[in-house]
Amino acid sequence: MSGSTAAPRTPTEVDERLVRTSPLRKLLGRPELGSVVGAAAVFLFFAIVADSFLQASSLGTVLYAASVLGIMAAPVALLMIGGEFDLSAGVMVTSSALISSMFSYQMTANVWVGVLVSLLVTLAIGAFNGFMLTRTKLPSFIITLGTFLMLTGLNLGFTKLISGTVSTKAIGDMEGFDSARALFASTLTLGGVEFKVTILWWAALVGVATWILLRTRFGNWIFAVGGEADAARAVGVPVIRTKIGLYLGVAFAAWVSGQHLLFSYDVVQSGEGVGNELTYIIAAVIGGCLITGGYGSAIGSAVGAFIFGMTSKGIVYAEWNPDWFKFFLGAMLLLATLLNAWVRKRAEATA
Amino acid sequence: MGAVLAVVLGASLAGCSSTGGKRAEERAAAAAEGRAAVNTPRWTFAMVTHSGDGDTFWDIVQKGAEQAALKDNINFLYSHNDEANQQAQLVQTAIDKKVDGLIVSLAKPDAMKAVVAKAVKAGIPVVTVNSGSAESKEFGALTHIGQDESIAGEAVGDELNSRDRKKALCVLHEQGNVGHEQRCAGAKKTFDGTMQNLYVDGTNMPDVTASIEAKLQSDKSIDAVVTLGAPFADAAVQAKQTAGSKAEIDTFDLNAKVATGLQSDKLGFAVDQQPYLQGYEAVDLLWLYRYNRNVLGGGLPVLTGPQIITKDDADALADYTKRGTR
Repeated sequence: MSGSTAAPRTPTEVDERLVRTSPLRKLLGRPELGSVVGAAAVFLFFAIVADSFLQASSLGTVLYAASVLGIMAAPVALLMIGGEFDLSAGVMVTSSALISSMFSYQMTANVWVGVLVSLLVTLAIGAFNGFMLTRTKLPSFIITLGTFLMLTGLNLGFTKLISGTVSTKAIGDMEGFDSARALFASTLTLGGVEFKVTILWWAALVGVATWILLRTRFGNWIFAVGGEADAARAVGVPVIRTKIGLYLGVAFAAWVSGQHLLFSYDVVQSGEGVGNELTYIIAAVIGGCLITGGYGSAIGSAVGAFIFGMTSKGIVYAEWNPDWFKFFLGAMLLLATLLNAWVRKRAEATA
Repeated sequence: MGAVLAVVLGASLAGCSSTGGKRAEERAAAAAEGRAAVNTPRWTFAMVTHSGDGDTFWDIVQKGAEQAALKDNINFLYSHNDEANQQAQLVQTAIDKKVDGLIVSLAKPDAMKAVVAKAVKAGIPVVTVNSGSAESKEFGALTHIGQDESIAGEAVGDELNSRDRKKALCVLHEQGNVGHEQRCAGAKKTFDGTMQNLYVDGTNMPDVTASIEAKLQSDKSIDAVVTLGAPFADAAVQAKQTAGSKAEIDTFDLNAKVATGLQSDKLGFAVDQQPYLQGYEAVDLLWLYRYNRNVLGGGLPVLTGPQIITKDDADALADYTKRGTR
């Protein structure tokens, strides 16, 4: 929602797009500013109340918790900037892990074959979401709610049908498992502290997402379709392709997350992942994405995920009763969103 | 003296209930109070389970653990998550905190393998509880305390036979719980009649009732329903009434409702695994290990069940279930 007015311009006025803005004002206009302030506050808070929070090993744990969420939050943030939701993202992670594991096991194939088949199938699910959305013109909330329920059922149904139980068979002794584990679920030790490889995946995905948003034509299209789809279409933005692309992005991240779960634990529980889709949305919103689309950032989603990781683990380090975790989460979501709105208003008022 | 006066005053006030309520609870709770009985250092033990939010069973486990922690002068930390990945992360936080002892439930053993090994490597004594008797030793835990789910299931099959049941329904309320699958498989093994599994969403009670109801309506020949958790027995009783079925409702685990249900013949029998004991013993065994290097079980799981509880036993247990310790 830019504050541009349609007042006729006098010749002496300069085009607003050419006005030089000061670096401070630029910073104030960033969507993730509010969440960065929030993250600093949460970090300080737990550093004070929890002794073990500041240890290097605890940082590794917090970063891991944040990365598992952040890998998904980045494409979900892009999708939200594009004005859509994906409620199937949580169970899609589980689906992706199940497909990999069961395909490899049943076909007695090299594990990498299962991994690639899973990539194709997961992308197909994402494409289905995007295609249904653009063809039916129904809200994405409804479309992906349907996909979410269908996937939940398929996860359980197929796993039970193929494996005979509710979890998959172990594939740890099959060819290719070790190399796949190295890529998706290895642990790197730096200075005696263990960091999971997901942190690198997270950084890479956030980097790519930020580059797409700020430096490419596709990024401009995302902002355009999220801000005002009809106007975007009128000026020649390929709305359908953009939205399908965004859903493919979410599917790709779900594939990465799913492979991480599979290669971390070797066995996948078919009933998991339900409810996580909301967590991704929360991370994106805390990071400054507007629920109405057209505004937000990928870096913000990473900050949101980091806040989430700090809170979920900080409560444990502080030795509080975890029963209260959801309450804190809800309060934080409201506070962060209010802070974001306030910062945005200030930025627009001074612009 | 003041307490006596208060009770006299309270009782003389008109409009008081002489049964139940907060006061009955306080009277029952008075039995379960205490203070540290030892002067060992204040060690910190963490317990990480696969429980969902607001689970009655795990609440009782926690009560037992807290009671033992109080006696043994332990700083007791409890955390839980029903997603395997999150539970593993919580165990990691306990390792980061350098706790003096760790209690873990292994409902999803594969997910916990690496992180439990890490705890053992860091020199933290580990006791596993409730589920994971097969993996406990392999992962390097001192002892496993719980019920062998297959044995418990077989006990249910035998009990159903002795009650002349022909067609039973096994209601699973937690998708992905291997222990639950083992219970139903064990019951199927020893039961002479036929047994079907029914999956329900345990986090959604009305849905549980509706699912069981639909099943009972569609198959009138079902004469026994076995639920795997105490809260679900009540849902099954309601479903039975609505469906007009003749099935006997039996359940795993106890709570106050189940105890009264057994007393009033609404339920046939309950299979108890004594959750209080699981929490209590886990903390106590860790304390014994730290204090005296004692290990219980001789390399085999220490079993807390199954205990078949019928109408005859329910009277004695009713008070304890009200107190929330059985």
